[in-house]
Amino acid sequence: MSAGNALTRSAPWRGTAWVMGKLGLSGRTLVIAIPMLWLGVFFLAPFFVLGRISLAEALIARPPYTPLFERGPDGSLQIIASLENYRFLMTDALYRNAYLSSIRVAFVSTIFALLIGYPIAYYIARAPEPKRSILLLMVILPFWTSFLLRVYAWMGFLRSNGVINNTLISLGIIDSPIQMMQTDFAVYIGIVYTYLPFMILPLYANLTKLDGALLEAASDLGASPTVTFFTVTLPLSLPGIVAGSMLVFIPAIGEYVIPALLGGPNTLMIGRVLWDEFFSSRDWPVASAVAIVMLVLVVAPIMWLQSVQNRREER
Amino acid sequence: MRGWFLPMAVVFGFVFLYAPIISLVVFSFNESRLVTVWGGFSTRWYGELLRDRQILGSAWISLQVAFASATLATIIGTLGAFVLTRFSTFAGRLLLTGMITAPLVMPEVITGLSLLLLFVSMELSLGWPAGRGLTTIIIAHTTFCAAFVAVIAQSRLRSMDESLEEAARDLGAGPVRVFFDITLPVITPALVAGWLLAFTLSLDDLVIASFVSGPGASTLPMVIFSKVRLGVSPDINALATIIIGFVVIAVLIAGWLMRRALRQGK
Repeated sequence: MSAGNALTRSAPWRGTAWVMGKLGLSGRTLVIAIPMLWLGVFFLAPFFVLGRISLAEALIARPPYTPLFERGPDGSLQIIASLENYRFLMTDALYRNAYLSSIRVAFVSTIFALLIGYPIAYYIARAPEPKRSILLLMVILPFWTSFLLRVYAWMGFLRSNGVINNTLISLGIIDSPIQMMQTDFAVYIGIVYTYLPFMILPLYANLTKLDGALLEAASDLGASPTVTFFTVTLPLSLPGIVAGSMLVFIPAIGEYVIPALLGGPNTLMIGRVLWDEFFSSRDWPVASAVAIVMLVLVVAPIMWLQSVQNRREER
Repeated sequence: MRGWFLPMAVVFGFVFLYAPIISLVVFSFNESRLVTVWGGFSTRWYGELLRDRQILGSAWISLQVAFASATLATIIGTLGAFVLTRFSTFAGRLLLTGMITAPLVMPEVITGLSLLLLFVSMELSLGWPAGRGLTTIIIAHTTFCAAFVAVIAQSRLRSMDESLEEAARDLGAGPVRVFFDITLPVITPALVAGWLLAFTLSLDDLVIASFVSGPGASTLPMVIFSKVRLGVSPDINALATIIIGFVVIAVLIAGWLMRRALRQGK
Protein backbone atom coordinates (compact mmCIF):
# COMPACT_ATOMS: atom_id res chain seq x y z
CA MET A 1 0.00 0.00 0.00
CA SER A 2 1.32 3.44 -0.86
CA ALA A 3 2.09 6.11 1.71
CA GLY A 4 -0.70 8.37 0.52
CA ASN A 5 -3.20 5.54 0.55
CA ALA A 6 -2.18 4.42 4.04
CA LEU A 7 -2.46 7.98 5.29
CA THR A 8 -5.94 8.66 3.90
CA ARG A 9 -7.20 5.35 5.31
CA SER A 10 -5.77 5.85 8.79
CA ALA A 11 -8.19 6.51 11.64
CA PRO A 12 -6.74 9.90 12.74
CA TRP A 13 -6.87 11.19 9.18
CA ARG A 14 -10.47 10.14 8.67
CA GLY A 15 -11.43 11.57 12.05
CA THR A 16 -9.87 14.92 11.20
CA ALA A 17 -11.53 14.93 7.80
CA TRP A 18 -14.90 14.23 9.45
CA VAL A 19 -14.49 17.09 11.95
CA MET A 20 -13.41 19.45 9.19
CA GLY A 21 -16.40 18.43 7.07
CA LYS A 22 -18.71 19.22 9.98
CA LEU A 23 -17.07 22.62 10.35
CA GLY A 24 -17.50 23.29 6.67
CA LEU A 25 -13.74 23.45 6.00
CA SER A 26 -12.25 21.88 2.92
CA GLY A 27 -8.77 20.41 2.78
CA ARG A 28 -7.88 23.07 0.27
CA THR A 29 -8.71 25.82 2.76
CA LEU A 30 -6.55 24.16 5.39
CA VAL A 31 -3.59 23.83 3.02
CA ILE A 32 -3.86 27.52 2.17
CA ALA A 33 -4.42 28.51 5.78
CA ILE A 34 -1.26 26.98 7.29
CA PRO A 35 1.39 29.06 5.45
CA MET A 36 -0.96 32.05 5.36
CA LEU A 37 -1.51 32.04 9.13
CA TRP A 38 2.11 31.37 10.04
CA LEU A 39 3.44 34.17 7.83
CA GLY A 40 0.55 36.45 8.73
CA VAL A 41 1.27 36.14 12.44
CA PHE A 42 5.06 35.93 12.41
CA PHE A 43 5.96 38.00 9.38
CA LEU A 44 3.21 40.53 8.65
CA ALA A 45 1.84 41.27 12.13
CA PRO A 46 5.27 42.23 13.54
CA PHE A 47 5.36 45.20 11.17
CA PHE A 48 2.14 46.57 12.64
CA VAL A 49 3.61 46.18 16.12
CA LEU A 50 6.76 47.89 14.86
CA GLY A 51 4.75 50.79 13.45
CA ARG A 52 2.72 51.14 16.60
CA ILE A 53 5.75 51.18 18.92
CA SER A 54 7.52 53.70 16.68
CA LEU A 55 4.73 56.11 17.69
CA ALA A 56 5.25 55.51 21.41
CA GLU A 57 7.68 57.07 23.83
CA ALA A 58 10.49 55.32 25.63
CA LEU A 59 9.90 54.52 29.30
CA ILE A 60 12.05 52.96 31.95
CA ALA A 61 9.62 50.14 32.61
CA ARG A 62 8.59 46.74 31.34
CA PRO A 63 7.82 46.99 28.47
CA PRO A 64 10.01 50.05 27.87
CA TYR A 65 7.48 52.12 25.92
CA THR A 66 4.22 53.97 26.52
CA PRO A 67 0.94 52.14 25.84
CA LEU A 68 -1.10 53.04 22.77
CA PHE A 69 -4.36 53.41 24.64
CA GLU A 70 -4.84 55.08 27.96
CA ARG A 71 -7.89 55.77 30.12
CA GLY A 72 -8.47 59.50 30.35
CA PRO A 73 -9.61 61.15 33.62
CA ASP A 74 -13.25 60.79 32.51
CA GLY A 75 -12.76 57.10 31.70
CA SER A 76 -12.69 57.57 27.93
CA LEU A 77 -10.16 55.70 25.86
CA GLN A 78 -7.42 57.92 24.50
CA ILE A 79 -4.94 57.08 21.83
CA ILE A 80 -1.42 58.21 22.61
CA ALA A 81 0.66 58.44 19.49
CA SER A 82 3.24 60.95 18.46
CA LEU A 83 5.51 61.46 15.52
CA GLU A 84 8.18 62.73 17.90
CA ASN A 85 10.55 59.83 17.09
CA TYR A 86 10.36 60.55 13.36
CA ARG A 87 10.94 64.25 13.97
CA PHE A 88 13.98 63.26 16.03
CA LEU A 89 15.32 61.08 13.19
CA MET A 90 14.95 63.98 10.76
CA THR A 91 16.66 66.57 12.94
CA ASP A 92 19.57 64.44 14.21
CA ALA A 93 22.25 64.30 11.52
CA LEU A 94 23.46 60.93 12.81
CA TYR A 95 20.56 59.05 11.27
CA ARG A 96 20.64 60.82 7.92
CA ASN A 97 24.37 60.22 7.68
CA ALA A 98 23.91 56.57 8.65
CA TYR A 99 21.34 55.99 5.90
CA LEU A 100 23.51 57.73 3.30
CA SER A 101 26.68 55.99 4.37
CA SER A 102 24.96 52.56 4.33
CA ILE A 103 23.98 53.17 0.73
CA ARG A 104 27.52 54.33 -0.09
CA VAL A 105 29.20 51.35 1.59
CA ALA A 106 26.80 48.88 -0.04
CA PHE A 107 27.32 50.53 -3.43
CA VAL A 108 31.13 50.60 -3.28
CA SER A 109 31.22 46.98 -2.04
CA THR A 110 28.94 45.89 -4.87
CA ILE A 111 31.26 47.51 -7.43
CA PHE A 112 34.29 45.75 -5.91
CA ALA A 113 32.41 42.44 -5.83
CA LEU A 114 31.55 42.89 -9.50
CA LEU A 115 35.15 43.70 -10.44
CA ILE A 116 36.48 40.64 -8.59
CA GLY A 117 33.57 38.33 -9.40
CA TYR A 118 33.18 39.01 -13.12
CA PRO A 119 36.55 37.60 -14.27
CA ILE A 120 36.02 34.50 -12.11
CA ALA A 121 32.50 33.91 -13.46
CA TYR A 122 33.75 34.49 -17.02
CA TYR A 123 36.65 32.10 -16.58
CA ILE A 124 34.49 29.36 -15.02
CA ALA A 125 31.85 29.71 -17.75
CA ARG A 126 34.57 29.15 -20.38
CA ALA A 127 36.35 26.29 -18.59
CA PRO A 128 36.01 22.68 -19.84
CA GLU A 129 33.76 20.37 -17.83
CA PRO A 130 35.55 18.68 -14.94
CA LYS A 131 37.47 21.87 -14.22
CA ARG A 132 34.31 23.94 -14.39
CA SER A 133 32.48 21.94 -11.71
CA ILE A 134 35.49 21.96 -9.41
CA LEU A 135 35.96 25.73 -9.71
CA LEU A 136 32.26 26.31 -9.14
CA LEU A 137 32.39 24.14 -6.04
CA MET A 138 35.42 26.12 -4.83
CA VAL A 139 33.42 29.33 -5.15
CA ILE A 140 30.50 27.94 -3.13
CA LEU A 141 32.54 26.07 -0.51
CA PRO A 142 33.40 29.08 1.71
CA PHE A 143 29.70 29.99 1.72
CA TRP A 144 28.90 26.77 3.58
CA THR A 145 31.23 27.61 6.44
CA SER A 146 30.09 30.00 9.12
CA PHE A 147 29.61 33.60 8.01
CA LEU A 148 30.77 34.91 11.38
CA LEU A 149 33.97 32.88 11.24
CA ARG A 150 34.72 34.14 7.73
CA VAL A 151 34.49 37.70 9.00
CA TYR A 152 36.62 36.67 11.97
CA ALA A 153 39.25 35.30 9.58
CA TRP A 154 39.71 38.82 8.21
CA MET A 155 40.21 40.20 11.70
CA GLY A 156 43.32 38.02 12.00
CA PHE A 157 44.39 39.13 8.53
CA LEU A 158 43.95 42.87 8.79
CA ARG A 159 45.07 43.61 12.36
CA SER A 160 48.12 45.78 13.04
CA ASN A 161 50.02 42.62 13.99
CA GLY A 162 47.98 40.55 11.58
CA VAL A 163 49.11 38.36 8.72
CA ILE A 164 49.24 41.10 6.05
CA ASN A 165 51.17 43.60 8.13
CA ASN A 166 53.57 40.96 9.47
CA THR A 167 54.29 39.73 5.95
CA LEU A 168 54.85 43.22 4.57
CA ILE A 169 57.14 44.14 7.47
CA SER A 170 59.20 40.95 7.22
CA LEU A 171 59.61 41.54 3.49
CA GLY A 172 60.86 45.03 4.28
CA ILE A 173 58.16 46.74 2.22
CA ILE A 174 56.86 48.77 5.14
CA ASP A 175 58.43 49.74 8.48
CA SER A 176 55.37 50.18 10.65
CA PRO A 177 52.00 48.45 10.37
CA ILE A 178 49.30 50.02 8.19
CA GLN A 179 46.00 50.64 9.93
CA MET A 180 43.55 48.42 8.09
CA MET A 181 41.20 47.16 10.80
CA GLN A 182 38.49 49.55 11.93
CA THR A 183 38.37 51.38 8.61
CA ASP A 184 35.76 51.58 5.87
CA PHE A 185 38.21 49.63 3.71
CA ALA A 186 37.95 46.66 6.07
CA VAL A 187 34.16 46.84 5.88
CA TYR A 188 34.29 46.79 2.06
CA ILE A 189 36.54 43.74 2.18
CA GLY A 190 34.26 41.99 4.66
CA ILE A 191 31.16 42.59 2.54
CA VAL A 192 32.84 41.63 -0.74
CA TYR A 193 34.27 38.51 0.84
CA THR A 194 30.99 37.42 2.40
CA TYR A 195 28.77 38.00 -0.62
CA LEU A 196 31.15 37.22 -3.51
CA PRO A 197 29.47 33.85 -4.31
CA PHE A 198 26.14 35.70 -4.65
CA MET A 199 27.77 37.84 -7.34
CA ILE A 200 29.56 35.03 -9.14
CA LEU A 201 26.70 32.50 -9.40
CA PRO A 202 24.13 34.64 -11.31
CA LEU A 203 26.94 35.98 -13.53
CA TYR A 204 28.11 32.44 -14.23
CA ALA A 205 24.55 31.28 -15.00
CA ASN A 206 24.19 34.17 -17.42
CA LEU A 207 27.60 33.79 -19.10
CA THR A 208 27.17 30.05 -19.77
CA LYS A 209 24.06 30.88 -21.81
CA LEU A 210 26.06 33.24 -24.02
CA ASP A 211 25.95 32.11 -27.64
CA GLY A 212 29.50 31.36 -28.80
CA ALA A 213 28.50 32.04 -32.41
CA LEU A 214 28.09 35.74 -31.59
CA LEU A 215 31.69 35.91 -30.35
CA GLU A 216 32.93 34.11 -33.45
CA ALA A 217 30.95 36.44 -35.68
CA ALA A 218 32.48 39.44 -33.94
CA SER A 219 36.01 38.14 -34.33
CA ASP A 220 35.37 37.09 -37.96
CA LEU A 221 34.32 40.65 -38.64
CA GLY A 222 37.66 41.79 -37.30
CA ALA A 223 36.90 42.79 -33.74
CA SER A 224 39.75 42.31 -31.28
CA PRO A 225 39.02 40.18 -28.19
CA THR A 226 38.83 43.36 -26.07
CA VAL A 227 36.40 45.03 -28.45
CA THR A 228 34.32 41.82 -28.62
CA PHE A 229 34.19 41.70 -24.85
CA PHE A 230 33.01 45.27 -24.45
CA THR A 231 30.56 45.28 -27.38
CA VAL A 232 29.12 41.73 -27.21
CA THR A 233 29.80 39.85 -23.94
CA LEU A 234 29.41 42.69 -21.47
CA PRO A 235 26.10 44.08 -22.80
CA LEU A 236 24.64 40.57 -23.09
CA SER A 237 25.61 39.74 -19.51
CA LEU A 238 23.85 42.80 -18.14
CA PRO A 239 20.94 40.78 -16.61
CA GLY A 240 23.50 38.68 -14.72
CA ILE A 241 25.30 41.82 -13.55
CA VAL A 242 22.03 43.31 -12.30
CA ALA A 243 20.96 40.09 -10.54
CA GLY A 244 24.34 39.58 -8.87
CA SER A 245 24.62 43.22 -7.84
CA MET A 246 21.18 43.11 -6.23
CA LEU A 247 22.14 40.00 -4.26
CA VAL A 248 25.21 41.79 -2.88
CA PHE A 249 23.68 45.23 -2.42
CA ILE A 250 20.51 44.14 -0.58
CA PRO A 251 22.08 42.27 2.34
CA ALA A 252 24.99 44.74 2.50
CA ILE A 253 22.79 47.73 3.17
CA GLY A 254 21.33 46.44 6.44
CA GLU A 255 24.52 44.72 7.53
CA TYR A 256 25.36 44.74 11.22
CA VAL A 257 28.03 42.11 11.93
CA ILE A 258 30.63 43.25 9.39
CA PRO A 259 30.75 46.95 10.41
CA ALA A 260 30.61 45.90 14.07
CA LEU A 261 33.63 43.60 13.80
CA LEU A 262 35.75 45.16 11.05
CA GLY A 263 34.61 48.78 11.02
CA GLY A 264 35.78 51.56 13.27
CA PRO A 265 33.74 53.82 15.50
CA ASN A 266 33.28 56.14 12.52
CA THR A 267 31.85 53.47 10.24
CA LEU A 268 28.20 54.46 10.33
CA MET A 269 25.73 51.97 9.00
CA ILE A 270 22.04 51.99 9.61
CA GLY A 271 21.86 48.36 10.75
CA ARG A 272 24.45 49.13 13.39
CA VAL A 273 22.65 52.32 14.48
CA LEU A 274 19.42 50.34 14.92
CA TRP A 275 21.24 47.64 16.90
CA ASP A 276 22.91 50.16 19.21
CA GLU A 277 19.66 52.07 19.66
CA PHE A 278 18.03 48.85 20.78
CA PHE A 279 20.75 47.05 22.74
CA SER A 280 22.82 49.96 24.11
CA SER A 281 20.40 52.89 24.45
CA ARG A 282 17.45 50.52 25.05
CA ASP A 283 15.24 53.00 23.22
CA TRP A 284 12.75 50.64 21.56
CA PRO A 285 10.53 53.35 20.02
CA VAL A 286 13.45 55.11 18.28
CA ALA A 287 14.82 51.75 17.08
CA SER A 288 11.34 50.99 15.67
CA ALA A 289 11.20 54.35 13.91
CA VAL A 290 14.65 53.70 12.39
CA ALA A 291 13.36 50.34 11.14
CA ILE A 292 10.19 51.86 9.66
CA VAL A 293 12.15 54.55 7.82
CA MET A 294 14.52 51.85 6.56
CA LEU A 295 11.54 49.82 5.31
CA VAL A 296 10.14 52.80 3.42
CA LEU A 297 13.40 54.19 2.04
CA VAL A 298 15.39 51.01 1.38
CA VAL A 299 13.29 47.84 1.40
CA ALA A 300 10.23 49.13 -0.46
CA PRO A 301 12.21 50.44 -3.48
CA ILE A 302 14.19 47.19 -3.64
CA MET A 303 11.02 45.09 -3.61
CA TRP A 304 9.49 47.30 -6.27
CA LEU A 305 12.63 46.97 -8.45
CA GLN A 306 12.57 43.20 -8.04
CA SER A 307 8.93 42.88 -9.00
CA VAL A 308 9.57 45.01 -12.09
CA GLN A 309 12.51 42.78 -12.97
CA ASN A 310 10.51 39.59 -12.41
CA ARG A 311 7.73 40.83 -14.65
CA ARG A 312 10.27 41.65 -17.33
CA GLU A 313 11.75 38.15 -17.09
CA GLU A 314 8.34 36.51 -17.34
CA ARG A 315 7.64 38.32 -20.57
CA MET B 1 40.11 39.23 -21.49
CA ARG B 2 42.73 36.95 -23.08
CA GLY B 3 46.37 36.50 -22.34
CA TRP B 4 47.64 37.18 -18.87
CA PHE B 5 44.87 39.35 -17.46
CA LEU B 6 42.12 36.76 -17.01
CA PRO B 7 44.18 34.01 -15.31
CA MET B 8 45.78 36.63 -13.06
CA ALA B 9 42.39 37.98 -12.04
CA VAL B 10 41.08 34.47 -11.35
CA VAL B 11 44.13 33.51 -9.28
CA PHE B 12 43.78 36.75 -7.34
CA GLY B 13 40.08 36.00 -6.76
CA PHE B 14 40.72 32.52 -5.40
CA VAL B 15 43.61 33.72 -3.23
CA PHE B 16 41.23 36.35 -1.85
CA LEU B 17 38.64 33.63 -1.14
CA TYR B 18 40.95 31.08 0.45
CA ALA B 19 43.91 32.89 2.04
CA PRO B 20 41.99 34.04 5.16
CA ILE B 21 40.51 30.56 5.67
CA ILE B 22 43.87 28.85 5.28
CA SER B 23 45.52 31.24 7.73
CA LEU B 24 42.65 30.60 10.17
CA VAL B 25 43.31 26.86 10.01
CA VAL B 26 47.12 27.19 10.22
CA PHE B 27 47.01 29.43 13.30
CA SER B 28 44.59 27.10 15.08
CA PHE B 29 47.61 24.83 15.55
CA ASN B 30 49.68 27.67 16.98
CA GLU B 31 51.21 27.28 20.43
CA SER B 32 51.20 31.04 21.06
CA ARG B 33 48.17 32.90 22.35
CA LEU B 34 48.98 35.64 19.82
CA VAL B 35 46.89 34.36 16.97
CA THR B 36 49.02 35.69 14.14
CA VAL B 37 52.55 35.07 15.48
CA TRP B 38 53.83 31.55 15.00
CA GLY B 39 54.99 29.95 18.26
CA GLY B 40 55.30 26.31 17.28
CA PHE B 41 52.86 23.49 16.56
CA SER B 42 50.34 22.57 19.22
CA THR B 43 46.83 21.25 19.59
CA ARG B 44 46.24 22.85 22.97
CA TRP B 45 43.46 25.17 21.68
CA TYR B 46 41.45 22.15 20.61
CA GLY B 47 41.74 20.83 24.15
CA GLU B 48 40.60 24.14 25.59
CA LEU B 49 37.71 24.24 23.14
CA LEU B 50 36.51 20.80 24.23
CA ARG B 51 36.62 21.90 27.87
CA ASP B 52 34.67 25.09 27.15
CA ARG B 53 31.19 24.28 28.48
CA GLN B 54 29.73 27.57 27.20
CA ILE B 55 30.71 26.86 23.59
CA LEU B 56 29.65 23.21 23.72
CA GLY B 57 26.31 24.10 25.33
CA SER B 58 25.56 26.81 22.79
CA ALA B 59 26.54 24.50 19.93
CA TRP B 60 23.96 22.01 21.20
CA ILE B 61 21.31 24.76 21.38
CA SER B 62 22.17 25.88 17.84
CA LEU B 63 21.85 22.34 16.51
CA GLN B 64 18.46 21.88 18.18
CA VAL B 65 17.22 25.21 16.84
CA ALA B 66 18.55 24.50 13.34
CA PHE B 67 17.01 21.03 13.23
CA ALA B 68 13.59 22.17 14.45
CA SER B 69 13.39 25.31 12.35
CA ALA B 70 14.69 23.64 9.18
CA THR B 71 12.02 20.96 9.53
CA LEU B 72 9.22 23.42 10.25
CA ALA B 73 10.42 25.77 7.51
CA THR B 74 10.44 22.90 5.01
CA ILE B 75 6.81 22.06 5.85
CA ILE B 76 5.58 25.66 5.73
CA GLY B 77 7.71 26.65 2.75
CA THR B 78 6.59 23.60 0.75
CA LEU B 79 2.92 24.20 1.56
CA GLY B 80 3.29 27.84 0.56
CA ALA B 81 5.04 26.94 -2.69
CA PHE B 82 2.46 24.24 -3.42
CA VAL B 83 -0.44 26.61 -2.84
CA LEU B 84 1.11 29.28 -5.07
CA THR B 85 1.94 26.94 -7.95
CA ARG B 86 -1.12 24.65 -7.92
CA PHE B 87 -4.04 26.83 -6.77
CA SER B 88 -4.40 29.51 -9.40
CA THR B 89 -7.01 31.64 -7.68
CA PHE B 90 -7.80 32.09 -4.01
CA ALA B 91 -8.40 35.00 -1.68
CA GLY B 92 -5.12 36.46 -0.50
CA ARG B 93 -2.94 35.01 -3.24
CA LEU B 94 -1.13 38.30 -3.75
CA LEU B 95 -0.65 38.65 0.01
CA LEU B 96 0.87 35.17 0.29
CA THR B 97 3.17 35.84 -2.67
CA GLY B 98 4.39 39.00 -0.97
CA MET B 99 4.81 37.39 2.43
CA ILE B 100 6.79 34.50 1.00
CA THR B 101 9.23 36.61 -1.04
CA ALA B 102 9.65 39.62 1.25
CA PRO B 103 11.73 37.82 3.93
CA LEU B 104 14.41 37.27 1.27
CA VAL B 105 15.14 41.00 1.00
CA MET B 106 14.31 42.00 4.58
CA PRO B 107 17.33 43.26 6.52
CA GLU B 108 17.99 40.94 9.47
CA VAL B 109 17.91 43.77 12.00
CA ILE B 110 14.34 44.62 10.97
CA THR B 111 13.13 41.00 11.05
CA GLY B 112 14.75 40.52 14.46
CA LEU B 113 13.46 43.73 16.02
CA SER B 114 9.91 43.41 14.71
CA LEU B 115 9.61 39.77 15.82
CA LEU B 116 10.90 40.62 19.28
CA LEU B 117 8.34 43.41 19.59
CA LEU B 118 5.64 40.98 18.48
CA PHE B 119 6.71 38.41 21.09
CA VAL B 120 6.76 41.07 23.81
CA SER B 121 3.28 42.38 22.90
CA MET B 122 1.92 38.84 22.61
CA GLU B 123 3.29 37.99 26.02
CA LEU B 124 1.64 41.10 27.47
CA SER B 125 -1.76 40.50 25.91
CA LEU B 126 -1.96 36.71 25.53
CA GLY B 127 0.55 35.45 28.06
CA TRP B 128 2.36 33.51 25.36
CA PRO B 129 5.24 33.05 24.66
CA ALA B 130 6.22 33.25 28.33
CA GLY B 131 9.65 34.83 28.14
CA ARG B 132 12.04 34.29 25.29
CA GLY B 133 14.36 31.43 24.51
CA LEU B 134 14.53 28.33 22.38
CA THR B 135 10.89 28.53 21.20
CA THR B 136 11.08 32.14 20.04
CA ILE B 137 14.36 31.54 18.18
CA ILE B 138 12.83 28.51 16.45
CA ILE B 139 9.76 30.52 15.41
CA ALA B 140 11.91 33.37 14.09
CA HIS B 141 14.23 31.07 12.15
CA THR B 142 11.34 29.06 10.74
CA THR B 143 9.78 32.24 9.40
CA PHE B 144 12.79 33.52 7.47
CA CYS B 145 13.99 30.06 6.38
CA ALA B 146 10.53 29.14 5.02
CA ALA B 147 10.99 31.82 2.36
CA PHE B 148 14.20 30.19 1.11
CA VAL B 149 12.64 26.72 1.09
CA ALA B 150 9.62 28.11 -0.79
CA VAL B 151 11.84 29.54 -3.55
CA ILE B 152 13.52 26.18 -4.11
CA ALA B 153 10.26 24.19 -3.86
CA GLN B 154 8.47 26.62 -6.17
CA SER B 155 11.00 26.29 -8.97
CA ARG B 156 10.86 22.48 -8.72
CA LEU B 157 7.04 22.42 -8.64
CA ARG B 158 6.93 24.67 -11.70
CA SER B 159 9.37 22.59 -13.70
CA MET B 160 7.86 19.17 -12.86
CA ASP B 161 5.64 17.38 -15.33
CA GLU B 162 2.09 18.06 -14.20
CA SER B 163 0.67 15.35 -16.44
CA LEU B 164 1.83 12.83 -13.79
CA GLU B 165 -0.50 14.43 -11.27
CA GLU B 166 -3.27 14.63 -13.85
CA ALA B 167 -2.88 10.95 -14.69
CA ALA B 168 -3.17 10.00 -11.00
CA ARG B 169 -6.29 12.14 -10.67
CA ASP B 170 -7.80 10.59 -13.79
CA LEU B 171 -7.20 7.17 -12.28
CA GLY B 172 -9.28 8.20 -9.29
CA ALA B 173 -6.72 9.29 -6.67
CA GLY B 174 -7.87 12.05 -4.31
CA PRO B 175 -5.83 15.24 -3.87
CA VAL B 176 -4.11 13.94 -0.73
CA ARG B 177 -3.02 10.72 -2.41
CA VAL B 178 -1.83 12.63 -5.47
CA PHE B 179 0.29 14.86 -3.25
CA PHE B 180 1.85 12.12 -1.14
CA ASP B 181 2.27 9.50 -3.88
CA ILE B 182 3.16 11.64 -6.89
CA THR B 183 4.13 15.23 -6.08
CA LEU B 184 6.10 14.65 -2.88
CA PRO B 185 8.39 11.89 -4.23
CA VAL B 186 9.16 13.98 -7.32
CA ILE B 187 10.07 17.13 -5.38
CA THR B 188 11.87 15.37 -2.50
CA PRO B 189 15.43 16.13 -3.76
CA ALA B 190 14.52 19.83 -3.90
CA LEU B 191 13.07 19.63 -0.40
CA VAL B 192 16.24 17.98 0.90
CA ALA B 193 18.24 20.82 -0.64
CA GLY B 194 15.82 23.31 0.92
CA TRP B 195 16.07 21.65 4.33
CA LEU B 196 19.87 21.74 4.17
CA LEU B 197 19.87 25.40 3.18
CA ALA B 198 17.46 26.24 6.02
CA PHE B 199 19.61 24.26 8.46
CA THR B 200 22.73 26.17 7.39
CA LEU B 201 20.99 29.55 7.49
CA SER B 202 19.65 28.88 10.97
CA LEU B 203 23.03 27.66 12.22
CA ASP B 204 24.65 30.79 10.79
CA ASP B 205 22.26 33.44 12.07
CA LEU B 206 23.48 35.87 14.68
CA VAL B 207 21.37 39.01 14.31
CA ILE B 208 17.83 37.60 14.47
CA ALA B 209 18.71 35.17 17.27
CA SER B 210 20.28 38.01 19.30
CA PHE B 211 17.02 39.96 19.19
CA VAL B 212 14.59 37.14 19.99
CA SER B 213 16.59 35.00 22.40
CA GLY B 214 16.42 35.27 26.14
CA PRO B 215 18.72 34.48 29.05
CA GLY B 216 20.02 30.93 28.99
CA ALA B 217 19.44 30.42 25.28
CA SER B 218 22.56 31.70 23.56
CA THR B 219 23.22 30.14 20.19
CA LEU B 220 26.74 29.32 19.00
CA PRO B 221 27.04 32.44 16.79
CA MET B 222 26.00 34.59 19.76
CA VAL B 223 28.75 33.10 21.95
CA ILE B 224 31.33 33.36 19.16
CA PHE B 225 30.35 36.98 18.52
CA SER B 226 30.69 37.98 22.15
CA LYS B 227 34.17 36.38 22.26
CA VAL B 228 35.35 37.71 18.93
CA ARG B 229 34.20 41.22 19.71
CA LEU B 230 36.88 41.43 22.36
CA GLY B 231 39.56 40.45 19.85
CA VAL B 232 40.96 37.35 18.17
CA SER B 233 41.23 34.25 20.31
CA PRO B 234 42.90 30.98 19.30
CA ASP B 235 40.16 28.64 20.50
CA ILE B 236 37.81 30.28 17.96
CA ASN B 237 40.39 29.38 15.29
CA ALA B 238 40.19 25.78 16.48
CA LEU B 239 36.39 25.88 16.33
CA ALA B 240 36.51 27.35 12.82
CA THR B 241 38.90 24.59 11.71
CA ILE B 242 36.54 21.92 13.03
CA ILE B 243 33.57 23.49 11.21
CA ILE B 244 35.57 23.83 7.98
CA GLY B 245 36.64 20.19 8.33
CA PHE B 246 33.02 19.09 8.67
CA VAL B 247 31.97 21.10 5.61
CA VAL B 248 34.82 19.80 3.45
CA ILE B 249 34.09 16.19 4.46
CA ALA B 250 30.34 16.64 3.84
CA VAL B 251 31.01 18.15 0.41
CA LEU B 252 33.43 15.35 -0.51
CA ILE B 253 30.89 12.69 0.55
CA ALA B 254 28.10 14.46 -1.36
CA GLY B 255 30.33 14.70 -4.44
CA TRP B 256 31.24 11.01 -4.20
CA LEU B 257 27.59 9.99 -3.81
CA MET B 258 26.59 12.13 -6.78
CA ARG B 259 29.31 10.63 -8.99
CA ARG B 260 28.26 7.12 -7.96
CA ALA B 261 24.61 7.92 -8.70
CA LEU B 262 25.61 9.31 -12.11
CA ARG B 263 27.64 6.19 -12.93
CA GLN B 264 24.80 3.90 -11.92
CA GLY B 265 22.44 5.97 -14.03
CA LYS B 266 24.52 5.34 -17.15
